[in-house]
Amino acid sequence: MKISLPGIRKSKAPKKAVAGFDQAKWIRGFSIAAIAIWIFYSFVVDLLPYEVSSVFQKWMPATTVNEALVWVICALGLNIVVGYAGLLDLGFVAFWAIGGYVAGWLMSDFFQQVSIHLGSTAPAAQRGIHISFWGVLVIGGLVAAVFGVIIGAPTLRLKSDYLALVTLGFGEIIPQIFYNGENIGGFNLTNGSKGIAPVDNVGLFGKTLGPFDLDWKYLIFVSLTALMVFISLRIRSGRLGRAWLAIREDELAASMMGVPLMRSKLAAYAIGAVSGGVGGVAFATHVNGVFADRFSFSISIILLAMVVLGGMGNVWGVIVGALTIAWVNATGLPAIGDTFNSTFGTKINFPSYNFLLFGGILIFMMLYKREGMLPESRLKELLHETDDETSNTGSHS
Amino acid sequence: MSNKSALNADNISVKFGGLVAVDDVSFDIPENSVISLIGPNGAGKTTFFNVLTGLYKPTSGTVTFDGKDITAKPPHKIAQAGVARTFQNIRLFGLMTAEENVMVAMHSHLKSGVLSTILGTRKQRAEEAESKKIARELLEFVGIGGTADKFARNLSYGDQRRLEVARALALQPKVLLLDEPTAGMNPQESKVFVDFVYRVRDEKNLGILLIEHDMSVVMKVSERITVLDRGQKIAEGTPAEIKSDKRVIEAYLGKSAESGK
Repeated sequence: MKISLPGIRKSKAPKKAVAGFDQAKWIRGFSIAAIAIWIFYSFVVDLLPYEVSSVFQKWMPATTVNEALVWVICALGLNIVVGYAGLLDLGFVAFWAIGGYVAGWLMSDFFQQVSIHLGSTAPAAQRGIHISFWGVLVIGGLVAAVFGVIIGAPTLRLKSDYLALVTLGFGEIIPQIFYNGENIGGFNLTNGSKGIAPVDNVGLFGKTLGPFDLDWKYLIFVSLTALMVFISLRIRSGRLGRAWLAIREDELAASMMGVPLMRSKLAAYAIGAVSGGVGGVAFATHVNGVFADRFSFSISIILLAMVVLGGMGNVWGVIVGALTIAWVNATGLPAIGDTFNSTFGTKINFPSYNFLLFGGILIFMMLYKREGMLPESRLKELLHETDDETSNTGSHS
Repeated sequence: MSNKSALNADNISVKFGGLVAVDDVSFDIPENSVISLIGPNGAGKTTFFNVLTGLYKPTSGTVTFDGKDITAKPPHKIAQAGVARTFQNIRLFGLMTAEENVMVAMHSHLKSGVLSTILGTRKQRAEEAESKKIARELLEFVGIGGTADKFARNLSYGDQRRLEVARALALQPKVLLLDEPTAGMNPQESKVFVDFVYRVRDEKNLGILLIEHDMSVVMKVSERITVLDRGQKIAEGTPAEIKSDKRVIEAYLGKSAESGK
């Protein structure tokens, strides 16, 4: 009965983390898929005859793949907050923006006042702060986490609907600060609507990756995605993950069982924010700059749609959801539109209908497949249980 | 009754606006004992329970546990200190397995942080394995060892009640508060439950506080009984004393005697 640490040290650690999923298996599968895609875009596409490769250029260009991966990274972060801990967050774009601006500040010649170089690819003569992409990834994640705590501390005491509204407010405020931050008491913090561009190139094993080195950046992004998946799954199967689940199920009972609500929720917020920050840094190098008008409210909603459509709480579902929606957004809809227009001789502007499409899909999913494309096993259980006789848990009261 | 007191409530009053739910009640749970809190519906029993577990702040009075004042502490601190409870209307984590339910309550006893969980350090894995083992033992102890991998919501009513006790015990409490644990049980199940309460008390060396409506259970299991009526303590004593107490009969037993119980 005693959980004493000396006793634990003596007892042997099991070889594998028993976690309800096979870690070695997913890592292998993920790596194979990731490397196959990389080989395809780096080598195979160039060997294909023009007719075939142009189809890929139209329907699945490498830049869309990379951008979709950024969406996946951010969606995985939101999944920790919404899917794991059950806290509705309508302002996740704030963390994406924070990550982006950290990259803008620390990887460009924006701050002409100083000249700081730290492992960066930028020429030493260039003024501004130039820190290595890898360092900025860490800093971006940490800064976002700090903001997660700052935003979370006063608001997480609120109950669901109110929390959602407050996060919505923060999601609006932070991009607005960036948008209007070109003259804060005479200090140009964000360069306002002009944004900060370009950002430094990424250094990888002595290589310098410019904005068009998509295949190498793909490798970086896909590794970051894998890292986020790994972190999500590990935390989920551990002590904190159980606490989140318990809070999602019944907050009051969880606190009565010794789970500190504020700390656990703040942890979800902070860890989710890390993903947002990392995604923001990655995105800044992808588009080679940060631009305040990109961080609109619709990003929060699209991220939420990715999590919900894919399958809240299940990282694989979230990945599928994020890839699908990101593709439709960036390439799918314009490509379908072009094909449709050229076939039928019409002039319909398909991309302008994307929110109509999202709205339609969301309604459809909520009516017929509420648990998402790849649901979490637990939610599946809940939504597909018609015979409810044995269920006496008042956990949803 | 020479046992040292584990939990001590002094002059507790709870007022909701003009309504006095609990009025100046003092109360004592000795170690290794079973005592009961009874009273008609609306007497303030559950309110009193909620004060002890930190859900309500009393308007006045103090709760002392293990020599420390826990009156204004948040619920999770009180739980961590060693006051565990079950709920009148079962509140399990329905979409978690029985084992996970128990492991949630071990939260405060486990030490792994976020980083060691991500890295899967040897210590963290050992701790997880150990807590799993303890969870299984607790499920065994309450007699539902076979249900470890089932979702709590899919367990039978009786098993859910048992799981609630197992979950509460995972806190390694010194005091266990049971809120109407036999509600919805038939007489046969209640009988089994009485033995179960004794076993819990003796093997875990607990002070158990019981809120219960089933008089046969209360009279059998309790060493002392406290009777609340309209927020006030109207009697306190052994089952025999309570049975013959006039005010109690008027307020409580009298009623049920009339209704043929």
